[in-house]
Order: sequence, then structure tokens, then C-alpha cells
Amino acid sequence: MSAWTGLGGFVGDARLVAAKDLRIEWRARTTLGQVLPFALLVLVLFGFALDANRPTLRLATPGLLWMTVLFVTVVAVQRSAAVESADGARRVLLLSGMAPAAAFVGKAAAVAVQLLVVEVLLVPGVVLLYDAEVESVPLVAATCVAATVGLAAAGSLLGAVVAGVRAHQTVLPILLLPVSAPVLIAATRAFADGFGTVAVEGWSWVGLLAGFAAVNALVGAVVYGPLLEEA
Amino acid sequence: MTAVRLSGAVVLMGGFPALAGADLEVVPGEVVLVRGPNGAGKSTLLHLCAGLLRLSEGQGDVLGCDLGADRAAVRRRVGLLGHDTALYGELSAAENLQVWARASRVAEADVTGALDRLGLPQRLRDVPTARLSAGQRRRVALAAIVVRRPELWLLDEPHAGLDSDGRAIVDSLVTAAAAAGAAVVLASHETGPAGGLATRTVTMAGGTLSERAQS
Repeated sequence: MSAWTGLGGFVGDARLVAAKDLRIEWRARTTLGQVLPFALLVLVLFGFALDANRPTLRLATPGLLWMTVLFVTVVAVQRSAAVESADGARRVLLLSGMAPAAAFVGKAAAVAVQLLVVEVLLVPGVVLLYDAEVESVPLVAATCVAATVGLAAAGSLLGAVVAGVRAHQTVLPILLLPVSAPVLIAATRAFADGFGTVAVEGWSWVGLLAGFAAVNALVGAVVYGPLLEEA
Repeated sequence: MTAVRLSGAVVLMGGFPALAGADLEVVPGEVVLVRGPNGAGKSTLLHLCAGLLRLSEGQGDVLGCDLGADRAAVRRRVGLLGHDTALYGELSAAENLQVWARASRVAEADVTGALDRLGLPQRLRDVPTARLSAGQRRRVALAAIVVRRPELWLLDEPHAGLDSDGRAIVDSLVTAAAAAGAAVVLASHETGPAGGLATRTVTMAGGTLSERAQS
């Protein structure tokens, strides 16, 4: 096996792309400076809207949280795709000879890190704002990881699909939100169990999230190269 | 081995033949100027030679790699300067070159040396490239090619946006690359300064190439 296809090279390329995207994000401060305040504001406004009915608010907490994460995903993926389309920068990925699958994994990993940062701040936020109680930390943590990987993989895949479309900023949410519906449903149910608001088997929903993540990661790794060329 | 060999190359873009049966041969050490008006197909030709476009008809190989079946191998070995710079605006010049070098697996990449050769002042090397002028970004884009040490240089309007110092640097880079055995294809809408570099000029119109006088 040549160095190009070796696992070490693959991991190195994925790390290079992820580090590059995270550095760009750190400089632009899109997630931390714009998206995170927006996400927190959404949670506060939901709190105002439903505060009169505290039991309803508590029951709706998991859904509200994951709906907010979904909005954040759309912005993070749009930003991730825009990084490659600005000034022909995708030529770096195309001309370097890097395995497209490694580039995909790197880009999805960078989106996942941003989403995890947002979730780490949003979960304590709902505990404080909505009086939610975390009954199973492992279940909540596993849900966050599995759902995040799925959203990042599906988002990065669709970001590449729409990269060549003229109205890509409009088309991306139209595609991503319905595709992410299984994540929204499964993560909400798993969190409902983790927060002790509904008696469901949360871990089985985590299994569904892991399956969604695996399928999207696999498809993304296979088709990212042709999509990158066509964009 | 020829660096570029195209025979009846056709590239269709949305059904329109951007390249309509082009024939071209370039050997290592040669500097070929492709001259033609806007829309003649020069950029399409360079992108095809870089392995970024598919052949719709005809045959072609670059650096011994087939343009139909092995475009990925072609891409690793060419350097392309297009109308855009292929730089990440939030990263500095040095960071961009490091990304290019590491992604391209260039052993012992001389990022500082490349920026020195392009004459980018030290104080601008850690500034995000989005804040540089168009000419300075173009110098960084050329430095990214220098770092990768390609066997085939494809330069689209290489003097565009550069001052006289920058144009002289490009000329010396092209001369040095050809002397080192690399093939160079320049595209320009005018003979102008690029013409002085060329060992051969071909003209392009309507997606086809025709040989011009030897210089």
C-alpha cells in the first residue's frame, strides 16, 4: 500500500483539513461570535413564550434544544462550504492529491467540533433556564456525540452537493432540515429519557443516531471526491 | 516523455464546446504561450491540462498520465495559477503555503524561501491574505506553486495584477522552472510581456489551437 492510501496519511490529511477549518472559524468567529449568541437567544425566547406553562416547557426542552442545534448546523455547514468556494480555494483539496474521503472527514470533524462546543454551552443553558434536570449524564453525552457526528456528516455531504448550485444558501436548509429529521426525533427522545421527562428507552434511540451517522459518513466519504470536482 | 499531449480534445460545458478539438504537444523544458482573445478557451485548456476538467471527446495525457482515467495523478504534479488565487482568506500567506505543502506531501517545504522569491515583505506574511492587495495575493498564489515544485506549470495571465517587480519575478520563476526541466504553459490574451518568455507561441480561437511562428 502506498503512502497516499495509508491510514496514517489519511488521518494526517483529515487532521490537516479539520485544523485548517477550525483555525479559519476561530479567526472569523462565526460560531462563537454570531451563532452561539443567536442559539442562546432562541432558548431564552422559547423560555419567555412557554414560561407560563412550566410543565409544557420542561416537556418540550429536548425538542427545543435540538431544534436550536439544527439551526446552528445549517449555519456551520454553510460556512464550511463557503470556505472552499471562496477564491477557488477548493483547488487546494483537488490539486494536492489528498484523498477526497480524508478531506470529507476533516471538514465534517471541524463542523462536529463546533456543534459540540455549542451543545456543551446549550445543555447547561436549558438546565438553568428551563429548570431541566439531567438524570443520565452518559445517555445525554452519548446522544450529543452520536447526533453531532450524524449532523456534521449529513451537513458536510449536502454542503458539497449544493456547492455548485447558484442558490445554494437557500437550497441547503431546504435539503438539510428534512434529512436531519431522524436526528431531531431520535435525539429528542433520547434526551427526554436522559432528562427523565418521558419514559422511553433512550439508548435504543442512540443506536439509531449512530446508524444515521455511520451511513452519512460512509456515503460522504465515497461521493465527496466527485462532488468536489463538479462544484 | 511529453509533458502535455492533446489530440482532438473537446470539452463541453453545458453543451457548449469550450474546447473544440484542440491538438497540443508540450515537452519538458519548453515554455509555450497560448494566446487568444477572451473566451477563446485558454482557461479551459489549462484546467483540462491540470486534470480539473473531463475530456468530452478526444485523447490526452499529461506527464504520462491519461486525462481520461488518471486525472488524480495529473493533479498532484501540476501547478495552476488561475484567475482566482486558491488561497484561504482568513489564513496568512505562510499558513496558506503550509497547508498547500502539507496537503501535497512536499518534503521539507521551503515556505520562507518561496515567499522570499516572490518578494513578499516579512511584515505581510502573518497577515490574513484577505487583507492583502490583489497583486500581493497573486504573489502568494505563485509562491504556493513554487513550494509544490510541480513538473508542469500552468499560468493563466501570469502578469495580471502585478507591478513591474512582480512581473520580473514571474519571468525569473518561469525561466528557472523551464531550466530545471519543468514544462510551462502560459495563457494570455495578448503577446505582451509573456511573449518574451515563450519558446513557442500558439494561438487559440473558438476553442481550437493553431501553431504560430517559433520565437
